[in-house]
Amino acid sequence: MAAGTVSTVRTEKPRSALALPVIILAFLAAMFVWMGFTQFLNALTLGAVYALVALGYTMVYGIIELINFAHGDVFMVATFVTMFVSGTILNQKEGIYGIPQLILSLVIVFAVTISIMAIIGAVIERFAYRPLRRAPKLAPLITAIGVSFILQNIIQYLVGPYTYNVPQLFPVDWAVMVGETRVPFLNIFVITVAVSLMALLQLFISRTRTGKAMRTTSMDRDASSLMGVNIDRTIMITFLIGSGLAGAAGVIHGLYYGNTNFQVGFQSGLKAFTAAVLGGIGNTAGAALGGFIIAFVEVGAVVLGFSRWGGAVVFSLLVIFLVFRPTGLLGSHTGDRA
Amino acid sequence: MALLELKDVNTYYGAVHALRGISLNVNEGEIVTLIGSNGAGKTTTLRTISGLEHARSGSITLGGTPIHQAKPHEIVRLGISHAPEGRRVFARMSVRENLEMGAFLRKSGPEVQADFKKVFDLFPRLKEREFQAAGTMSGGEQQMLAIGRALMAQPKVLLLDEPSMGLAPILVEQIFDIIKEINSRGTAVLLVEQNAMMALGIAHRGYILQIGEITIEDDASALAKNPKVKEAYLGV
Repeated sequence: MAAGTVSTVRTEKPRSALALPVIILAFLAAMFVWMGFTQFLNALTLGAVYALVALGYTMVYGIIELINFAHGDVFMVATFVTMFVSGTILNQKEGIYGIPQLILSLVIVFAVTISIMAIIGAVIERFAYRPLRRAPKLAPLITAIGVSFILQNIIQYLVGPYTYNVPQLFPVDWAVMVGETRVPFLNIFVITVAVSLMALLQLFISRTRTGKAMRTTSMDRDASSLMGVNIDRTIMITFLIGSGLAGAAGVIHGLYYGNTNFQVGFQSGLKAFTAAVLGGIGNTAGAALGGFIIAFVEVGAVVLGFSRWGGAVVFSLLVIFLVFRPTGLLGSHTGDRA
Repeated sequence: MALLELKDVNTYYGAVHALRGISLNVNEGEIVTLIGSNGAGKTTTLRTISGLEHARSGSITLGGTPIHQAKPHEIVRLGISHAPEGRRVFARMSVRENLEMGAFLRKSGPEVQADFKKVFDLFPRLKEREFQAAGTMSGGEQQMLAIGRALMAQPKVLLLDEPSMGLAPILVEQIFDIIKEINSRGTAVLLVEQNAMMALGIAHRGYILQIGEITIEDDASALAKNPKVKEAYLGV
């Protein structure tokens, strides 16, 4: 094959391929200058949480066209798993003394929480959604709302309806000074983890055999099964990954905010879902982008002194945006399925 | 012994009895065509064979192995490829990626590479468009891709659903020549068509399907001369 043809005719739109990173960088620079470094870092961290949760919404919607209302509560459960795992580690070690121990503890918290949430997500799919695979769309939607309540009630029953402290694995006072501003390592760490996970997900979806099966299944389920793709297995893997990412978001929430309660999934879940819609539902890169945008809007409202209006500002902007671009930022254009 | 055999297959869509006891067979090396008007159950027959629809009763066997309980992906593995009605190519993937998906169950290696070459030999047009998004191609090119993609699974039986649909007459002839070529290389073909004249021109045998039932079964040449068939499907 001629090497030249590869670069010139690619499947995605070449126009946005270059324009998008430039726009993102310009946006970040503008935000940095305007809100100052501390709030900028805060927005990035919040954005990491929204983006990770939004990915689960968008992946599930992409593959079975279900708005998985229980997903925010999967995130909520993850914050509690983080609380217990962190507590257990801190109790055993009686505090963390050195960096090797800290790294080991963090690896354990992430690995355990992500695994548990992935399994819970797959179980929910298997028993709540799969039996309704051929039912009208409203049935699994109602089921998802039901699962959301069930998860909240289970946590209320097992733990209680109060706000709990999540033990701090990562010392919050570790920081470097950049000029006059203090840069906490925690923020840097959290953002790095989140962005790495998102990059890994993109690689997985675009390069691996299972990732391709996920893409074809979301484009055309019947045609995909005629290629030999095991649809049930592919959908389950989608739930595994989406819930695992919500697990990671739960750990980050726990590390960063240091508290949680059984309702934390509702607000964050709605905002993450909004991020997925803003980015173009079904598009993973869009969901990640949407997560960060929502966070910047929310933190921006705080900077302007409208902290109580954060939610209203976010959703007003969403409504206005969707009027002009109903498919979202990176949503598929009509004609794709022709 | 028949390679693919359907015995008294009944398929329902909810309460609608779509296939009313279909029995047919495809032997090794054959092109068999299934002719009928809109809504006769041609597409449903193919979808039932490949497991997209569930046969409520009756049996379907491939080389003696029952497959009517199997899932679509298991049926592909056993050797049935289905180029579905309306082409159903993966619009946002390149031609090459679509063909790769056709070989989804096979280990990538020299054999798959050889099949890429074979498909590109059959459809030089696809080679030209190798890295173009499938959704941006013309209907004829998409049809070629759908057939090429089905071939990438190395099927024993190839199910083709209306490959001539919406294509210009000259392209239809091209596609039918290629179907003949595929068959001469050893793949059995079950061809569903509304274009009865063309289908009977390349098929060995044919079945006439009317409202979910097979009414006539004969050699293709005999069907083409059958007055009832002529009147109803050949527009003579």
